[in-house]
Amino acid sequence: MKHRGYYGGFGGAFLPEILIPTFDELVSVFESAKTDPGFRNQYETLMAQYSGRPTPLTFAANLTRHFDGAKIYIKREDLNHTGAHKANNVMGQGLLVKKMGKTRVIAETGAGQHGVACATMAAKFGFDCTIYMGEKDVMRQRPNVFWMEQLGATVVPVTDGTKILKDAINQAFRDWVTNMDTTHYVLGTACGPHPFPEMVAWFQSIIGIEAKQQILDLEGRLPDRVYACVGGGSNALGLFAGFLDDPVELVGVEAGGKGIDTGFHAARLSSTDAGAGIAQGYKTYFLQDDDGQMKETHSISAGLDYVGVSPILAHMHETKTARFESATDAEVVDALKLTMRSEGIIPALESAHAFAGAFREAPTLSRDQIIIINQSGRGDKDIFTVADVLNDPEWKTFIQTKAAQYHA
Amino acid sequence: MLESYIRDKQKQKDLLLMTHIVMGYPSFDDSHAMVKHMVAAGVDLMELQIPFSEPMADGPVILKANQKALEQGATVAKCLAFAKDMAARYPIPFLFMTYANIPYRFGMAAFAKTTANIGLTGAIVPDLPMEEGAEYLQAMKKNQLSPIQMFSPGTSDARMAQIASIASGFIYCLARKGVTGAQTDLSDDLAQYLARCRKAASVPLAVGFGIKDRADMDFLAGRADIAVIGSETIRVMEKGGVAAVRDFIQGLSRSA
Repeated sequence: MKHRGYYGGFGGAFLPEILIPTFDELVSVFESAKTDPGFRNQYETLMAQYSGRPTPLTFAANLTRHFDGAKIYIKREDLNHTGAHKANNVMGQGLLVKKMGKTRVIAETGAGQHGVACATMAAKFGFDCTIYMGEKDVMRQRPNVFWMEQLGATVVPVTDGTKILKDAINQAFRDWVTNMDTTHYVLGTACGPHPFPEMVAWFQSIIGIEAKQQILDLEGRLPDRVYACVGGGSNALGLFAGFLDDPVELVGVEAGGKGIDTGFHAARLSSTDAGAGIAQGYKTYFLQDDDGQMKETHSISAGLDYVGVSPILAHMHETKTARFESATDAEVVDALKLTMRSEGIIPALESAHAFAGAFREAPTLSRDQIIIINQSGRGDKDIFTVADVLNDPEWKTFIQTKAAQYHA
Repeated sequence: MLESYIRDKQKQKDLLLMTHIVMGYPSFDDSHAMVKHMVAAGVDLMELQIPFSEPMADGPVILKANQKALEQGATVAKCLAFAKDMAARYPIPFLFMTYANIPYRFGMAAFAKTTANIGLTGAIVPDLPMEEGAEYLQAMKKNQLSPIQMFSPGTSDARMAQIASIASGFIYCLARKGVTGAQTDLSDDLAQYLARCRKAASVPLAVGFGIKDRADMDFLAGRADIAVIGSETIRVMEKGGVAAVRDFIQGLSRSA
């Protein structure tokens, strides 16, 4: 009996028998890639030439002055090709798909960034591509749906369950058990059955490895704290990976939604509402009821309202290797506005959670302390959601005029 | 013991029939009527599915049934009470079918003990492969229950031997890749795969996924021991009501 992919009591591979050979193949391809320096080199070259890596580490002078506390640096994953850290993972998995000789990729997406990144990778490598997306997320993230389709992917709105990310994941698994001979499921975050958590974290570690070198070059010392938002947890694990052996505090910020006490949130590690469970092929903390049925989650950001969380982060939570906080929708909008006005940077709503968490703590730190915030993605995709929240009258007029033109 | 029941029944029939219901769909009253009609029509074993919010291996028909049952208030406690009632009323073996999180949250040991106490004979948990199931397997064994194992067409001979070594009751052979309820091509490939299953395991073989009519039953007779019909009974019920299920099952039931 094999026991692979465990992080303390979390992880594993709770798979239907039908998928066991497919996962055996994936584990074997990943294990061989991981130990082959040539593969990592190929991956890093691809990311440098295609995705614009290394992404900068930007000193946020105005925010630093505003809070008059720690020096604030921003790791700019938004400057990756396709506008988010998601590119790191999909390009890596794309290289593995080529090694396996498969011709089709499928993916789930919440905010749409992983879907766009996957469709981009499929176009570059010449794979057929199908993206599953909850119907509610299709409504929230239409611009990303548009781009996925233009890139040649088929976007399938998922109408089952709660019609968000977890339901898109279930649907992608259903496709995979039927088509695994030709198809690879490019899971978008460090969740799911082994080897996905380890594999996604390994590709995303490029963020933290770069950030560590950059801060050493700029400041000649390590940061005191690093902040990242946590949905599934891929960008957080990517940033944390650079500092695991260092005296650096790792802070993950989850979606506090309408508030932890309201029940309308997606805080699995920073609230007491979640419990250990097994679903979607792995064991972790899930927001679930006493029977083990998954609950509905809520967040202003489609990318963070996931019902589970990376088993690696669940373990880090239990061992107190990382600290987990949450930020409410309202705090996130405030952080977004401040970042835009002060720095001329538009973080994605997901990333704005990391900013909100960091802004809460920055004033409590001294001027000689340093923090890094991971800007996992850019905010263009959120224009409809943000305009709604800000109740911008000119935007409404523009949309009404545009709609009238379509009806004309 | 489940296996001896199956062996006994085989003296009367060349292919036994196992059916499946999602408890609480469309209601517990309808679930009871389904069981009653199915037993009267000659079903030999039955799976009682405890609905789960993320039924990963199920196709659209059973997925929808799971969701509706939960929306209408099916809880684990209600399902256990229903199963206990069915096992007391009807003289066939009943097995639970569900996903790993249900027994995990209940407590594996407590789940197995309760399953035995209410008179069920085993359980089918598709997302609990042998590598992850040590505690479950142990608890089931302790209570003389059959934790049904699975073979799929992609399962290697070596793995089939491993699975067979922990099997009890019967082994559920998936007729094809994919989720429940889609069409299955009954072909030479399937016959060869079933021959491979037979070689690997001494316990009876059940075949499911896409089995839906008399022709499928004829194909399986002699190649397997139990045919499993899941999604098709739900489709029949949705179209013609519970009584239509009885006629459907009667049309499939065989004698030796």
